Amino acid sequence: MLKEFIKGLSITFKHLLPGHSTTVQYPKQRLQTAERFRGLHRLVPAHDREKCVACYLCPTVCPAKCITVESAENDKGDKYPKVYKIDLLRCIFCGYCVEACPVEAIEMTGNYELANFKRDDFTFTKERLLK
Amino acid sequence: MEMLSLSDQPLWFLVAMLVKILAVFVVVLLIVAYTTWVERKVIGHMQTRLGPMETGWHGLLQPIADGLKLFFKEDIIPSEASKVSFILAPMMILVPAFITVAVIPFGPDISVGGYVIPLQITDLNVGMLYILAMAGLGVYGIVLAGWASNSKYSLLGGLRSSAQMVSYELAAGLAIVAVFMLSETLSLKGIVAAQMQEFPIAALSFLPNWYIFSQPLAFCLFVICGMAEINRTPFDLPEAETELVSGFCTEYSSMKYALFFMAEYANMVVIAAIAATLFLGGWAGPFPGVINILIKIFGFMFFFIWIRATVPRVRYDQLMYMGWKIFLPLALANIVITGAVVVFW
Repeated sequence: MLKEFIKGLSITFKHLLPGHSTTVQYPKQRLQTAERFRGLHRLVPAHDREKCVACYLCPTVCPAKCITVESAENDKGDKYPKVYKIDLLRCIFCGYCVEACPVEAIEMTGNYELANFKRDDFTFTKERLLK
Repeated sequence: MEMLSLSDQPLWFLVAMLVKILAVFVVVLLIVAYTTWVERKVIGHMQTRLGPMETGWHGLLQPIADGLKLFFKEDIIPSEASKVSFILAPMMILVPAFITVAVIPFGPDISVGGYVIPLQITDLNVGMLYILAMAGLGVYGIVLAGWASNSKYSLLGGLRSSAQMVSYELAAGLAIVAVFMLSETLSLKGIVAAQMQEFPIAALSFLPNWYIFSQPLAFCLFVICGMAEINRTPFDLPEAETELVSGFCTEYSSMKYALFFMAEYANMVVIAAIAATLFLGGWAGPFPGVINILIKIFGFMFFFIWIRATVPRVRYDQLMYMGWKIFLPLALANIVITGAVVVFW
C-alpha cells in the first residue's frame, strides 16, 4: 500500500512542476482550430454574386432542417437564392450541406465564437453568410 | 535579567501580552487566508489546471475577493432551525481553533528593556492537555451545527464527525503520550527545550534530538490522526459532498459559512504547529526562531494539500477500521515499547 501511496504522491508532484498545465487562458490566448474544423458557415462568392445555384440539395440533406432557401431567376436566366437563411440555433454543425453542395458554394469557417444576446441574431441571412 | 511578570510590571506585561496575541492572531489569519489561495493553486496545478488567475497577479487577491463576496451575501437561517445554536455553532468551531495557538512557542526568549519575554503567548504546564481539550471542544461546534440546522444531511455530517473525532482523538492522544514519556513534561516550551539536547544514541549524535527520529511511528500516527481530526481529505467524511451535499455546513451561508471555512484552515495551522513543536523541534533550526517554525508549519500545510490532491476519500467503515483496529493498537504498542526503553535503558 505504501508503494502505491508514494507513487500517487510522486505523480501529483510531477504535475506541480512548471510546464505541466494544459489550461489555455482562453480570451487572452486562443488555440488554432483544425483545418477541417466545422464552425460558422460561409457562402462562397463568385464574381458578382454568390456561387449558389439554389438547387435545394443542402436543405434536403440537412438533418436539423435549419436551412431555408427560396430560388429565383435573375435577368440572365440563372437560378440564384433569393433567400438563404441558416438558423444557427437549430444547426448541429454536421457539415452535410458542405458535402452535398454540387458547386462548392458553401463552406465552414473556423469561427466558433457564436454567442449572442437575441434570438434573431442567430438567423444568418445571405448577406451575413457572404461576409 | 528577570522574567516580565504580571505582579512586578502589570502595565508592560499587559502591553507585551497584547502585542504577542495580536501578532500571532494576525499571522494565523493571514496564513488562513492565503492557505485557501495556495490550496487552490497547488491542487489546480496538480490536476494540470492553473487555479485562480484573474483577481490580481496569478489570483493573489482571490482570498480578499472571496471574503468580500461572502461578507455581502445574504445570511439565511432556515425557518425550522434552532436559531441560537445555529448562530453559536460556527463560533464554537472557530474559537477553539484559534485559542489553541496560544500555547505554541514560536521563538526563544527575547530580552526587551532588561526583562525577559518568552515568545509564546502563555506557557501552560499542562499545555498538551489544553490542546487536546480544545481539539475536543471543536467537535461540539460541528455536532451543534449539524443538529441546529434541522436537516438530515447536516445531522448525518455532524454524527459522522463526532464518531470520527472521538475515535481519532484517542489514537492521536495515545501517539503523543510517547513524546511525553521522553520529554517528561507536558509544557510545550519544555518539550522544545528537551528536543535541543544531545541525541541519546552516541552513534547518531549528528542528528538533532527531534522526536521524529526517536518516535517515527508516533509522528506518522499523529499526522494521520491529526488529518482525520481536522476533517481534511482523505478523512473529510463529515462534509463528503458526494453523499451529504456539504455535511454539517449545508444550511450555512454568508459569513457563518466563512467561519466554518476559516476554522478548517485554522485547524490545519494548529495541527501543523503542534506536529512541528512536538516532533520537529519547534522553533529550533538554522534561522531565527519564528522563521523556523513557520517553515515547518508551511511544510506540513503543503503536505496536507498534497495529500488532498492525491488520495481519494476513505469509506466510512474503512475509516473506523483504521482508527480502532490499526492506529489505536499501534499507538498502544508504541507506548509499551517506549516505556520499556525509558525504564530499562
